[in-house]
Amino acid sequence: MIEGILIGLAEAVTPFNLMMVVMGCVVGTLIGMLPGLGPMSIIAIMIPVAIGIGDPTSALILLSGVYYGAIFGGSTSSILLNAPGVAGTVATAFDGYPLAQKGQAGKALTIAAIASFAGGTISVVLLMVFAPALSTVALLFHSAEYFALMVVGLSAIAAFAGTGQVAKALMMTILGLMLGTVGEGALSNTPRFTFGLMELQSGFSFITLAMAMFALPEALFLVMNPARAATGDGGKISGLRISRTEARSIAPVIGRQSIQGFFIGVLPGAGATIASFLGYAVERNIAKGAEQEEFGKGSIKGIAAPEAANNAACTGSFVPLLTLGIPGSGTTAILLGALLALNVTPGPRLMVDEPGVFWAVIISMYLGNLVLLILNLPLIPYIAKILTIPRTFLIPFILFFTLMGSYLGQNNPTELLILVGFGVIATFLRFADYPLAPLLIGFILGVMLENNFARAMQLYRGFDFVLERPMTLALLVLAVLLVILPSFRAYRAGKRAEGVADGD
Amino acid sequence: MALDRFIALAFIALCCVYGYAAFFTMDDQLPPILRRNPVWPSTFPKILSVLGLIVGFIILFGPKPMPGDTKKAGAIDLTRLGDYYVGQALALIALMVVYALVLRPLGFVGATIGFLVIGSLILGERRFHILIPVAAIAAGSLWYLVQEVLGIFLRPWPGIFM
Repeated sequence: MIEGILIGLAEAVTPFNLMMVVMGCVVGTLIGMLPGLGPMSIIAIMIPVAIGIGDPTSALILLSGVYYGAIFGGSTSSILLNAPGVAGTVATAFDGYPLAQKGQAGKALTIAAIASFAGGTISVVLLMVFAPALSTVALLFHSAEYFALMVVGLSAIAAFAGTGQVAKALMMTILGLMLGTVGEGALSNTPRFTFGLMELQSGFSFITLAMAMFALPEALFLVMNPARAATGDGGKISGLRISRTEARSIAPVIGRQSIQGFFIGVLPGAGATIASFLGYAVERNIAKGAEQEEFGKGSIKGIAAPEAANNAACTGSFVPLLTLGIPGSGTTAILLGALLALNVTPGPRLMVDEPGVFWAVIISMYLGNLVLLILNLPLIPYIAKILTIPRTFLIPFILFFTLMGSYLGQNNPTELLILVGFGVIATFLRFADYPLAPLLIGFILGVMLENNFARAMQLYRGFDFVLERPMTLALLVLAVLLVILPSFRAYRAGKRAEGVADGD
Repeated sequence: MALDRFIALAFIALCCVYGYAAFFTMDDQLPPILRRNPVWPSTFPKILSVLGLIVGFIILFGPKPMPGDTKKAGAIDLTRLGDYYVGQALALIALMVVYALVLRPLGFVGATIGFLVIGSLILGERRFHILIPVAAIAAGSLWYLVQEVLGIFLRPWPGIFM
C-alpha cells in the first residue's frame, strides 16, 4: 500500500493535477450551491471538459473534485437559504437553517466544513484499506459472477428506492437496459433497434441521456415553480469560530458518522442522501436529554452528523466503482461513463494495470478535502454571493450548458434534438414520481451486463452456468430476494392500511 | 395518481414493440453460422421485453399508493398545474429545439447569443443593457474555451463567412 501511495503522490502532485483539484472543487462548490443542480448534472456538464483533457488521471481528479465540491456547495445553500442544492444535504438544513436564523450562520458553515473534511478524510483511509482487499476477491470472479453481480447491483438500486417505489425503479432500470441495447452491440456487430437511422447506429450517447435525465427536468422544474429557487441576499456571515467545548462535543459524532456513512455509501443504491438522513436520525436517538431537544432547532451535532455522513458516503461509493467497475449511484454511473470514454475500464484489473490512475485518484481525494477546507472557510461569505444571481439569467445558462454538454460529446445537432426529446420524457417521469437514476445506471451497465451474460452463455453452451457456478446462483437468488422482500412488505403494509378508512 | 399508470401503459406498449422486434423480426438477418451460437443478438432483448411486460403490468394493476403520501417540498403538484409557469417551460423547450436547428446554419456565436437573450426574455428579463453584454461575453468566452483550449471545432459564424 505504501508503494501505491507513493505512485499516487507522484501522479497527483503535479502542477497540472493540483490545478485540476482546485478547479474541480471551485466549480463544484459554485454550481452545487445553485438550487436545483445536483452533483449528477454538474458532473455531466463537466464531462466534455474532462474528456477534452485527455489524460484519464487528470480527468478523474477533476470530476471527483467536482463531486465533493457539489456536495459541499449544497450544504452552503441548505444552511443559508434552507434551499438544498443537492438531495444529500437536505438533512443539513434541519439544523443549519435554524442556526443561521439565530445569526450564527458562520458557525454553522464552519461546522459543516470541518465535518465534511473529517468525513471525507476518514473515509479515504477506509477506501485505501478496503478497495485493494475487495479487488483481490473480485479477481476470482468469472463473467458469470459479473453478470450476477450486476443483476444484484441493479436490483439493490431498485430495492433501496423506497416503499412503493420498487416496481417503478425496476421499470426504469429495464427501460435503461432497453435503451442500452440500441445500436451496434459488441456481440455481433449487427445494428439493433435503430429503425434504419444512421444517428442511432452507435447507440444513444450516455452524456446526452444523463443531461436529459437530470439537468433538463431540474431546470424545467425551476422554471415552472420559482419557489424551488429561493434566492436570497446571501446575508452577512460572521463569527466563523467554534469553541473548544463545541469541537469536543461534535468530534465523536463526526467519527461515528464518517464510518457509518462510508459503509452506506459502499452499498449500491444507498448513496449520500440515505447516509445523511440515517446519520441524522442515529445521532438524534443517541443524544441525551437537552441535546436531543435541541435537534431541529439549531443543534451543532445535527449539522455535523449529516455533513460527515454524506461526504463519507461519496467516498464510499467509489469502492464498487473502482474495484468491481459497477457504479452504485447515479453519480458514479456518470463517472464510469466518463472513464470508459477515456479508455479506462474500472474493475479489479484497474489496480494492477493502471495503478497510477487508481492511487492518484485516492491521493487527490485527500487533496480535494484539504482544498475544500481552505477554500470554504475564508471564502464562504464571498462565494455565497452567487446565490444572488437572478433566475432570469441563471436558467437560460443552465439550459445552455446542458445543450453544450451533449453537443460537444458528439458535435452533432441531432444529439440536441434527442436531448430535448428525452428531457421532456424525463420531466413527465419526474411528474409521476419515477426515479431516474436507475434508468441511467441500467443504461450504462446494460452493455457490460449483456457482454458478460453472452460470454457466460457461450462458455457453458446455454443457461447451465446458473446451476454450475454456485456463487452465480447465490447472487441471483439474492437479487430476486432484494426485489421481492420490500414489495412483499409494502403489500403487507397496504393490506393493513386497507382496514383504515381513507377519504379517497 | 393516474399519470404513473399512463406511463406504465406507454411502457407496456413500448415493450410490445420492442419484444415484437426481438422475437419476430431481428433473427431473420442472422447469418446461419451464428444460429449455432447459444446466445443470439436477440436473446437479451427477449428477456428484457418479458421482464418489462411483467413489471409494467404490476404497476398498471398494482395496489394504489398508500394514502397520506407526504409531498416533498418544492415538488410539482399536478392537480394545480395551472398555477405553474407551464407556458414559460414550453417556450423554453421550443427555444431549445430552434437552437438545435439553427446552430449549424447560424454559427455558434450568433445562435448562442440569441438563445441566451431570448431565454431571459421568456423568463421576464427586460434589462437589455445587462442582458446583451452578458450573453455576448458568455458566448465569446465559451467559444474560445471550446475551440482553443479544448480543441473541439465549433463554427463561430454562419457558413457563408467561412
